[in-house]
Amino acid sequence: MIVEFGHFALVLAFAVAVFQMIVPMIGAHKNWSAWMAVAGPAASWQFALVAISFAALTYAFVTSDFSLNLVVANSHTDKPLLYKISGVWGNHEGSLLLWVLILALFGASAAWFGGNLPPRLRARVLAVQSSVGIAFYAFILFTSNPFLRLELPPFNGQDLNPLLQDPGLAFHPPFLYLGYVGLSMAFSFAVAALIEGRVDAAWARWVRPWTLAAWVFLTIGIGLGSWWAYYELGWGGFWFWDPVENASFMPWLIAAALLHSAIVVEKREALKSWTILLAILAFGFSLIGTFIVRSGIITSVHAFANDPERGMFILMILAVFMGGAFTLYAFRAGAMEAKGVFSTVSRESGLVLNNLLLAVSSFVVFIGTIWPLVAEMFWGRTVSVGPPFFNAAFTPFAFAIAVALPIGAVLPWKRALLGRAMRLMSGVALLTIALLGLFYALGTGRSLAGLISLALGVWLVAGATVDLWQRTGQGREIAAKFIRLTRLPRADWGKAFAHAGLGITFIGVGALVTYQIEDIRVAQIGEEFDVAAYHLTVRDVREVRGPNYISTMAFVEVAKDGHIVDVLTPEKRIYPVARMPTTEAGIDSGFTRDVYVVLGDPQLDGGWAVRTWIKPFANWIWGGAIIMALGGALSLTDRRYRVAAGAARDRAAVGVPAE
Amino acid sequence: MTRAFAKAALAALWLISTPALAVQPDEVLPDPSFEARAREISADLRCVVCRNESIDESNAIVARDLRIFVRERIMMGDSNEQVIAEVVDRYGEYVLMRPPMSGSNLALWLAGPALLLLGFGVAFAFIRTRVRSTNPTEAELTPEEQATLARILGDK
Repeated sequence: MIVEFGHFALVLAFAVAVFQMIVPMIGAHKNWSAWMAVAGPAASWQFALVAISFAALTYAFVTSDFSLNLVVANSHTDKPLLYKISGVWGNHEGSLLLWVLILALFGASAAWFGGNLPPRLRARVLAVQSSVGIAFYAFILFTSNPFLRLELPPFNGQDLNPLLQDPGLAFHPPFLYLGYVGLSMAFSFAVAALIEGRVDAAWARWVRPWTLAAWVFLTIGIGLGSWWAYYELGWGGFWFWDPVENASFMPWLIAAALLHSAIVVEKREALKSWTILLAILAFGFSLIGTFIVRSGIITSVHAFANDPERGMFILMILAVFMGGAFTLYAFRAGAMEAKGVFSTVSRESGLVLNNLLLAVSSFVVFIGTIWPLVAEMFWGRTVSVGPPFFNAAFTPFAFAIAVALPIGAVLPWKRALLGRAMRLMSGVALLTIALLGLFYALGTGRSLAGLISLALGVWLVAGATVDLWQRTGQGREIAAKFIRLTRLPRADWGKAFAHAGLGITFIGVGALVTYQIEDIRVAQIGEEFDVAAYHLTVRDVREVRGPNYISTMAFVEVAKDGHIVDVLTPEKRIYPVARMPTTEAGIDSGFTRDVYVVLGDPQLDGGWAVRTWIKPFANWIWGGAIIMALGGALSLTDRRYRVAAGAARDRAAVGVPAE
Repeated sequence: MTRAFAKAALAALWLISTPALAVQPDEVLPDPSFEARAREISADLRCVVCRNESIDESNAIVARDLRIFVRERIMMGDSNEQVIAEVVDRYGEYVLMRPPMSGSNLALWLAGPALLLLGFGVAFAFIRTRVRSTNPTEAELTPEEQATLARILGDK
């Protein structure tokens, strides 16, 4: 009964979405305020209905309602509660329901927090947002209905893919979707502005927080996914350049470009049409990502549910929305005239460079991801494009961005002197070059690119610090500078955190690929061995029963300088219901290194294959992502987004030099 | 019986592709420099039955055979390029994780740099239009004035 109620709520949400697309759009066109005003309540209703629908499906999973096809295929009574809940989105149908839930949430948020938007723009934004919703409701209801019943319910379910039964992955999809779908807001604002034919500083101020929020969620989502791959897939890789990872990375890069170009629109009223284009592209890449994951057209290690027919449907959605938006863009972009003037060396130019590098690097990832498809279609060549390609083709862009970032970030608006920015960064540059030389001279590393990444990471972190410090002004007492530091706008702190976070990720990646130590061996129970400075002892290997799996667990003692650091328990698990083995690494996480132990197969002589890694600074990779996301969040709480948007700029927070 | 079980387990392993313990202890070459080369080559070769893994990460039996083959060739004195060429002879260019820079694949390698150059051109042209609209009659400032101005504008 509750399930049917959920199904019905979803159909109703579809109807409300159709209403919300048509009525406010006509109202905005005819300037009928009552017709425009219905958009807000409609958005709230839409969200409430999808939430009911989602709650009904969650209820079915939690109570293990095996009359539901989806629950049978993805759940089991023995499964822990957390994974019963995460099982709701651990499959194609449920994940799409989560997708529309978040879409409706963003639409409703725009209605709730968009009170200061001009009514016309607000009506149009909500109508466009709703049109995206319609496409996805139709997709769910016609091709991927999660509420299908079974005539003969089985006694128990088939369990969720054990790889997905993990806390990291339980929250990975919701964050990723908050990011993907959040970019739909930027898209809706862009299309609404195109229909309106008007883009100004106020528009940029409205659209930027949504992009920033989406980017923050995407950063967390990608970070969680990467962290999960690191500890769950069993050999400590953190990025595989897999099509599905690329699918989330491309919108991240474009969103990063967008939130920088929106600053130029907001502060200088330039780059308008480019910003609109990025907003369309960012959501376009989100749709492409969905298409790649759901169609299974490009082979990937984690395409969990794919089906060509569904792929076609998403391709059609992509064609309609991108085709429509680009046509509109072609007609209207000319109307967006740039106002601000600036010289060749200026913050504006720096941000143009940032956008160029981010957009092209995203394109490189895109072409690498789809190349196997293109080569097969046009030349009949079956080629593979794997990590070696991406490492070679993408890394130069990442390095170029990192080199330019600290200098570009301190350039003043309008007209700048490159010499002054260089002087400001000269100390940091010397430090970076000295470190690079030192590491190189020590010669212990295995990868020059890794060393460069490490040095650039230092350059970014130190550069962000100098940037923040120079904001306190020149020629003051140190104490006064510190006081001023605390009074800087949160956007400044956000910028420093985000840029430093990127640097920390660079350091983590660089240190890991350069200085990782690996050991592969057969160890008997009781055997002791050394890996780098660590002394490992295999104490025991035992059978252990989990709630829905059987585990072979090793107890490996890790000691350093005669002191026991940790007892690691790497496991090999078998999930009998899903009939799948998984590997759980034993990891001693640390600030400067992880000790990572994996248990392999039993050997004929009674020993066990054991793999050990010392992974220096591994946690910095995800730590950097968290700091980047924190930077975005800080910037999001900046005063200028809290006070009425479009109001006169508040300069008090900056601190006018008046003493 | 146990063999059959092991086979089934291995098959199940590559189906869900958990890349646990790809290189087995018995495969490792005693000479670390040879082993390092083998790892380097393996990372560039695709496991033909897997979804998107190199033979270095894969648990498939074919991948293991290929890893052992690579190590045999190294021990026989082949260069990295020779070993890779030999594997491509057997399985076709599909096994290369890094598509060769030749023929139609050139487009893949050059697309990024070409777009970057084009982008630089467009960006530069755009910045010129912004610069040209600057009022040309504006008087030049002294360096001190410029520094002060830059600081004030930078503080915005």
